[in-house]
Amino acid sequence: MTSSLNLWLIPVLPLAGAAINGFFGKKSSRTAVSTIGLVFPGAAFLWALLVAFRFSSLPQIPYQEYVAHWIRSGSFTADFSLYLDQLSLVMLLVVTGVGFLIHVYSVGYMWDDPSYYRFFSYLNLFMFFMLTLVLANNYLLMFIGWEGVGLASYLLIGFWFTKDSAASAGKKAFIVNRIGDFGFLIGLFLLIQHFGSLNFTQVFDQVRPLAPETTGAGLLSAIGILLMVGACGKSAQIPLYVWLPDAMEGPTPVSALIHAATMVTAGVYMVARSHVIFERAPQALMVVAVIGTLTALFAATIGVAQTDIKKVLAYSTVSQLGYMFMACGVGAFSAGIFHLMTHAFFKGLLFLAAGSVIHAVGGEQDMRKMGGLRSYIPWTFLTMGIATLAIAGIPPLAGFWSKDEILWQAFSSEHGSWVFWLIGVITAFITSFYMFRLLFMTFFGDYHGAQVDEHGHAHAAHGHDDHGHGEPHESPMVMLVPLMILALLSVVGGLVGVGNRFEHFLAPVFGHGATEAAGETASHFTEYLLMGISVAVAFLGLIVAYVLYVSKPYLPQKIADALGSFYDAVLNKYYVDELYAKLFVKPLIDGSTSILWQGVDRKVIDDTVNNAADGARHVSEEVRQMQSGNLRSYAGWIAAGSALVIAYMIWLGVGR
Amino acid sequence: MVPLSYYLVLSGFLFACGVTGFLIKRNIITIFMSIELMLNGVNLSFVAFAAHWHALAGQVFVFFVMVVAAAEAAVGLAIIIAVYRTRETLNVDQVNLLKL
Repeated sequence: MTSSLNLWLIPVLPLAGAAINGFFGKKSSRTAVSTIGLVFPGAAFLWALLVAFRFSSLPQIPYQEYVAHWIRSGSFTADFSLYLDQLSLVMLLVVTGVGFLIHVYSVGYMWDDPSYYRFFSYLNLFMFFMLTLVLANNYLLMFIGWEGVGLASYLLIGFWFTKDSAASAGKKAFIVNRIGDFGFLIGLFLLIQHFGSLNFTQVFDQVRPLAPETTGAGLLSAIGILLMVGACGKSAQIPLYVWLPDAMEGPTPVSALIHAATMVTAGVYMVARSHVIFERAPQALMVVAVIGTLTALFAATIGVAQTDIKKVLAYSTVSQLGYMFMACGVGAFSAGIFHLMTHAFFKGLLFLAAGSVIHAVGGEQDMRKMGGLRSYIPWTFLTMGIATLAIAGIPPLAGFWSKDEILWQAFSSEHGSWVFWLIGVITAFITSFYMFRLLFMTFFGDYHGAQVDEHGHAHAAHGHDDHGHGEPHESPMVMLVPLMILALLSVVGGLVGVGNRFEHFLAPVFGHGATEAAGETASHFTEYLLMGISVAVAFLGLIVAYVLYVSKPYLPQKIADALGSFYDAVLNKYYVDELYAKLFVKPLIDGSTSILWQGVDRKVIDDTVNNAADGARHVSEEVRQMQSGNLRSYAGWIAAGSALVIAYMIWLGVGR
Repeated sequence: MVPLSYYLVLSGFLFACGVTGFLIKRNIITIFMSIELMLNGVNLSFVAFAAHWHALAGQVFVFFVMVVAAAEAAVGLAIIIAVYRTRETLNVDQVNLLKL
C-alpha cells in the first residue's frame, strides 16, 4: 500500500476534464458538460483526501514522486516530479476542496451562459495548473504551473470577451503578471547560477548551512527580493496589485476561485516554500513584511469607498493577501499559510454569496441599488453574514484565529515590530468596517432596485431585458449548498489553529525556529491583551458600520463631504491607475509609436526593404533598354563584350 | 617568311570590318557579306596558326567553315529572296514582324 501515492493523478484528472469538455463540450448537452466538469475535479479532491489519510503513514516526508523525464542538461535536471509535504498537503486540500465546491456552484451560476462548456474547460484547466504549481518539486515545474494559472486567469477574466472592459481587464492582468514573472525568472536564474539546481531539496540543502545575511544584502537577499517581485505580481501586492480589482470583470465563480481563494495565494505559497532562503535574508524578509503591511492598509482604505460589491471584495482580497505577506515577512510562515487557508474559505464564500446576490437582483453589482435583500434571499444573507463575521475577525470564527495569530506574530516575532502590529490592527478595524458596510448596504434597509410594486406592469413588460427578474429571488440549491459548506468551514476552519496545532503540523516544513521561541518568551498577558484589542476593533468596525449605514444613513455623505478631496482620492483608488498610465503606459506607447514604429519599423526596416525593391526596379528599367529586339544592337553588345574579353586577355598577357 | 603576327593583324582587321559592316549596314545582302568577311577573317587566322605550328587541324577547320559558309549562303540567299518577294524590301529594320 505504501508503495506509491500516484500523486500525478491529482493534477492530471482535471486536465482530462478540461480536454474532454474543451474538445467535445460544444456538441454535448449541459448535463454532460457539468458531469464531466464536476466528476474530474471531484475525483481529484477525493484522491487528495485519500492522500491526506495516508499521509501520516508515509515512510518519508517530504514524499517525492518521479513522473516523467523532462529537462536534463549537463548537471542540471528538472523533471516532472511531485513533492508532497505538510505545506503542499494543506494547499492541495484547499485547492481541490474549495475548487470543487466552486465548480458545483458554477453549474448553477453559469447555466444560462451560451459558452457553458468553455467555462468548465477553462476552470478545469486552471485546477490542473494550480495543482501542478502546488505539487511541483522544482521551481521550474512550479513556474509552469505559475504561468498556467496566469493563462487560465487571463482566459477566464476575459471570458465574456465581447465586452470590451472584460477583454482589456484580461490583458491588464496578463501584462502586470509578466512584470512580476520577470523578477521571478531572474531569481530562478540566480538560483541556477549559484546552486546549479532548481530542485527544492537540492537548493535548500545547499542554502541551509549558509549564515544569515545580517550585514548588508547579498545573494540570498537578491534572490528573495526577486522572488518577492514575482509574488507581488501573482498575489496582487503593491505596486503590482492594480490588475486584481479589474479582474472582477470575469464571472463571479472565477473571482471566487482564482482571484480570491487559490491563484492569488500562489505568491504566498511560493514565499513560504522558499522560507529557507528568506530566513537567511533578513532584508528580503523586511521587504516582504513592509510590502505586505502597506498593501493591507492601502487596499483596505480603498475598499471603504467602493460601491461595486465585487470591487469591495477585490480590494479586501488584496488587503488580506497583504496580511499573509506580513506574516511571512515576520518569519511566521505557518501563520501566513493558516490565514491563506481560512481566507480561502471565507473569501471564497463571500464571492460566491456576492454572486448569489448579483444573481438574485438580475446582474446588478452596485450596492447602492440593493438593500433590504435579507428577506428575499435569507440563505445567502445567512452565509454571507457568517463570512463577514469571519473576515472581520469576530471570535470564534475562522478569520479571528488566523488574523489574531498573524497580529500576535507581527508583534512578538524577532523580525516583527509593534509598527506592523499597529498597522495590522488599524487594517483589521477598516476591514471589519467595510465588510459590515457591504453587508448592511446589501441586506438591510430598503430595496433600492427596480421596484415591482411601484412600476408594476411597466417593469413586467421589460421583464425579458432584465433576465426576467422581477423580484429578487433565492438562488437554486446547487448554488446554496456550496455556500453552506463553505460557511461551515468558515465557522470551524479556524479551530485547527487553536493551541498552535496548525503550526505544529507545519513545523516539519518551517521548523520550530523563531516563532515558537517568541511565543514562549512573551508573557501570556500581552498575548491576551493584544487578542482583546483585535476583537475590540472588529466589534468597533461593526458598530461604526451599523451607525453609519443602518441607524443614521445620512451620515456617510456628510463625512464624505467633510473629507473633501481626500474622499475623492479614496473613491478614485488614489489615482494609482491614472498614475501608472501617466508614468509607464503613456511613455511606453509614445516611445513605441515614435521610436519603434515610426523610427525603427517604418524608417529603418520598411525603408530598407522598399529601397532595395525600388533600386532593383530602377536598375532593371535601365537594363531593360538593352533588350530592344534590335538584332544589330545585340550584335553590337556581343562585339563590345568580346572586345572587352579580348582586351582583358591581352592585358593579362602583357602583364605577365 | 612572313611573321605570324602579320596574318593575325590582317585576320583581326578583316574580322573587325565584318563586325562593323554587320552592325552599321541595313541591307541584308551587305550584312550577309559582312558575315562572310568575318568567317574568312577567322579562316585566315586558322590557316596561319596551322602553318605556324605545322598542324593540320586548323586547315581541317577551315574546310568545315567553308562548307558551312557555302551551305549558309545557299540557305541564306534563298531566305533573302523569299523575304524580298513578300516584303519588297531588303532593309532589316523593316523586317520586324516578330518584334514586340
